[in-house]
Amino acid sequence: MVLFLNVLGACFSPCGRNVYISMPYVQTMLNENIAEVLAERQKEISVSEFFERNKHVLGFDSPVKSLITAVKEGVDNALDACEEAEILPDLTVEIRKVERNEYLIAIQDNGPGIVKRNIPKVFGQLLYGSRFHAIRQSRGQQGIGISGVVMYSQLTTGRPARILSKTAKKMAANEVFLSIDTKHNRPEVVKEDVVLWDETEHGTRVEVYIKGRLLKGRQSVYEYLRRTAIVNPHARIIYEEEGKKYIFERATDKLPKKTVEIRPHPYGVELGTLLKMLKHSKNRQINAFLMNEFSRVSARVAEDICSAAEIDPKKKPKEISTDEAKKLVNAMKKVKIMAPPSDCLSPIGAHLIKKGLRNVLDEYSPEYYVPPITREPAVYSGNPFQVEVGMVYGGNLPKDQQVEILRFANRVPLLYQQGACAITHAIERVKWKQYGLEQRSGKGIPAGPAIILVHVASTRVPFTSEAKEAVADIPEIIEEIDKGLKECARHLRLHIKKQEKKKKVRDKFEIVQKIIPEIAKKSAEIVGKPVPPIDKTITKIMGVLWVDYESKYAKGAFDAKITVINYMEKKAKFSLYAEIEKEDIASISPEGTPDGRGIRWELKLEPTESFEISLKLRGERGDYSDMELYTDGVNQVHVVGAEPLPGDWTLEKTKIVEVN
Amino acid sequence: MSAESLNAVKSLEEIAKKIYEDIDKGRIPSMDIPVRTKNNIVFDIKHGVWKYGKSFGQRSAKKLDGAYMLLRTLYMLDFIKDMIRENKSSTLREMYYISEGWKEGKFHAQDESNSLVEDLEIITRYMREDFKLRPEEDGARVIGNITIDEVNRKGIKKRINCRDDVGDSGYTVPYNVEKEKVSFVDLDADFVLAIETGGMFDRLVENGFDEKERAVLLHLKGQPARSTRRLLKRMNEELNLPVVVFTDGDPWSFRIFASVAYGAIKTAHLSEYLATPTAEFIGVTASDILNYELPTDKLNDRDVEALKAELSDPRFQTDFWISEIKAMLEIKKKAEQQALAKYGLNYVTDTYLPEKLQEMSII
Repeated sequence: MVLFLNVLGACFSPCGRNVYISMPYVQTMLNENIAEVLAERQKEISVSEFFERNKHVLGFDSPVKSLITAVKEGVDNALDACEEAEILPDLTVEIRKVERNEYLIAIQDNGPGIVKRNIPKVFGQLLYGSRFHAIRQSRGQQGIGISGVVMYSQLTTGRPARILSKTAKKMAANEVFLSIDTKHNRPEVVKEDVVLWDETEHGTRVEVYIKGRLLKGRQSVYEYLRRTAIVNPHARIIYEEEGKKYIFERATDKLPKKTVEIRPHPYGVELGTLLKMLKHSKNRQINAFLMNEFSRVSARVAEDICSAAEIDPKKKPKEISTDEAKKLVNAMKKVKIMAPPSDCLSPIGAHLIKKGLRNVLDEYSPEYYVPPITREPAVYSGNPFQVEVGMVYGGNLPKDQQVEILRFANRVPLLYQQGACAITHAIERVKWKQYGLEQRSGKGIPAGPAIILVHVASTRVPFTSEAKEAVADIPEIIEEIDKGLKECARHLRLHIKKQEKKKKVRDKFEIVQKIIPEIAKKSAEIVGKPVPPIDKTITKIMGVLWVDYESKYAKGAFDAKITVINYMEKKAKFSLYAEIEKEDIASISPEGTPDGRGIRWELKLEPTESFEISLKLRGERGDYSDMELYTDGVNQVHVVGAEPLPGDWTLEKTKIVEVN
Repeated sequence: MSAESLNAVKSLEEIAKKIYEDIDKGRIPSMDIPVRTKNNIVFDIKHGVWKYGKSFGQRSAKKLDGAYMLLRTLYMLDFIKDMIRENKSSTLREMYYISEGWKEGKFHAQDESNSLVEDLEIITRYMREDFKLRPEEDGARVIGNITIDEVNRKGIKKRINCRDDVGDSGYTVPYNVEKEKVSFVDLDADFVLAIETGGMFDRLVENGFDEKERAVLLHLKGQPARSTRRLLKRMNEELNLPVVVFTDGDPWSFRIFASVAYGAIKTAHLSEYLATPTAEFIGVTASDILNYELPTDKLNDRDVEALKAELSDPRFQTDFWISEIKAMLEIKKKAEQQALAKYGLNYVTDTYLPEKLQEMSII
């Protein structure tokens, strides 16, 4: 921490810039109180030395990680650029070995492109870019940025980066070969040209050569992109690795809600930040300063803060001493202030999480996608945040291993430091056994055929260290994750219970359909008598009213069948209900009666008598792969495959519409 | 067809009849079988052996496994009936392969079919030999001055002296050792020494222990087969030979002794035919490990589990066994028979066994 501060400051001073370090970037990782003190002692060292000393902080601490970090920075940059310009991202990532340990990485987007004069700054100067000065939910707050990759490339291979950018269809592309003057943190254009580039109407392509190592597995470029695709279903990502091509198709055409910049909230402000804000403020009075530069500070609140700090509200911000600033910070924490606005956050949303998971995990053909949960926004130390949880269960997922945890912060996958992460800790403390997953000694990561996804979105995601690989254990955040997990887990438990009940009944089916007839036949053969009737034995073994639903999906339509069999000893007279959107019905036979949220059938079945309903339904994949079926008028303990009719059956279901 | 076999067929048919009637009367077909665990064995004072108690479990078609077992039972009954009628016999393994053709009634492992045969023995009170089923040859061996007549496959009585008429590997025990097959003719020995491992059996043979100490040596070959245990019992009862069991010093070997002396849990329905209640355990005991300072291995988790289970096994509830088991748990060590070779190849025959046999007043 100390070392990092020192050199980070130093890397700016030689180029004559203010030592003022971008706020959110630094706030996330340090107590600025110390920063101010340390700034005094900073010595001059070169950027390359800074880089060398802080490789671990910047994500370049191992050859394997270096490749991933380079891709990550490029992809973050590309996605941010596209979303900023409201363009559906089309990304291409290419990795090719050029020499032993040396790889060419190319990242290309269809973003708005960068005007020629900005190219050197964006790619050739560390910590350049508007987003460092803003408090908002962004991917960029998580790394050194693309210029860091260019720098690393230069330090390891000595080769300049090639940038190709085009801002409009009819324009030619600018080609710039760029290196960095590591002594002064200044971009140096090695060569530039104007070239024809037809691949995209507009966009940017970065090519860098770096030393690294390409691996497969849980911590790999492929995995990083796969996870990126899950939480960015609006992006199409093509990945070419050593000639192999993987395509993560877009699962939605909806761009995520644009994130909004907000002012800092008094509860989250630290002394160092406050001192800088005071120093640079254009406001003439402290109360105006508080009202204009913080969120949720009204005239009344500003007055309360001043009086709690015993400071004259009319005092000039520039005249506030360090002691007074300390008092202000303390006062801010004491005064009751509204929570910060949370509409600045852009969660992925339950619907798209499901789509993203389905899009990428189809290969496992999971038997169940737990409805994802997007929690209401919450606040820690004045920072709004929001937690989302998704879960996938069964199918071909490995049964006897720990569940896979997919961690995300502001739509960026976290691959490292799983054990240190609040997300993992929250998962570990849930009692999974009661929800149907194995958990040795009742704590720790559960085992079973499941994947758990957790996304933490915030204007400032708190990380455990500068490396930004794990979310810090903030009680409010753990609490929210815990609630989201449990909500999902409840669904999972219901699903598993349902499956278990079904399994029991399937066993019984096997008994009565396959084995009892054989037993009857064989025993008759041995005792030399006619084969006995088996109906009564069958209803005794089953003792259920069986309701089953099957469906096949093809081209926007479901071919489905409901089967009801009375396997009880007595005849059954009851109503069957199916939850179907009326506009989805293409045909149903027998038709039934429209009722409440779907269709009702009145049935009368003798023992072992069965009844079949065929349905053709319109919908998207997944819509009718399962169906809510209800019965009424029959003792529910005997019913398998349908639930008791809920009290709100006749109420129209509230439609959930996604608002952009 | 022998009368025994005819009666066996009849009692097998009773099982099928019960299942048939269950279905005919609209009931769920089922079969009652004694529970075959250590919790359901009781001491039979008359025979001095452990047998199944009165706990019955129901095998019912209500559960998937039960339904399959009932169907398999019927197929097996039918198969046994046919065999008896045609005067054939088969090995347990052959029957397992034949079950391949039983459609839904086929077995997935030979354990399943073996265990079902035992169930039928228990329910009908006939032995599997009556059902024309026999085990694989187990090849347990005997060396010692005992003379027997064995009826060979040509129906001719063959007289064999188990010391002079055999090679170094001894007389091989056939799967059927009942009187009509094997009869005792002559004997010049004082006791039977039943040995767990082949290595130790060969050591005693090489050292001439049978002649020196007037012993009949019998190789148990691990957990002994039924015919081996039956032969031991017959030598004990008919020839009044004391039986001494010599095994490794570990929980699994203790169980070998228990099944020789008190009856095995799996075959408790046959204990009165198979168990030799007067058999004595000579070693290797936990005390031997200490007294003879034997080279040892550490007990692993499974060993410890097994020892603990033995503490609650009714067959081991004697002062001797409780103290030996506790001692072994305490020292956390086990030793093989052949660990006695630490003191030289003759130590076991010159020192260890004579010392211990004198202690037991066998010699």
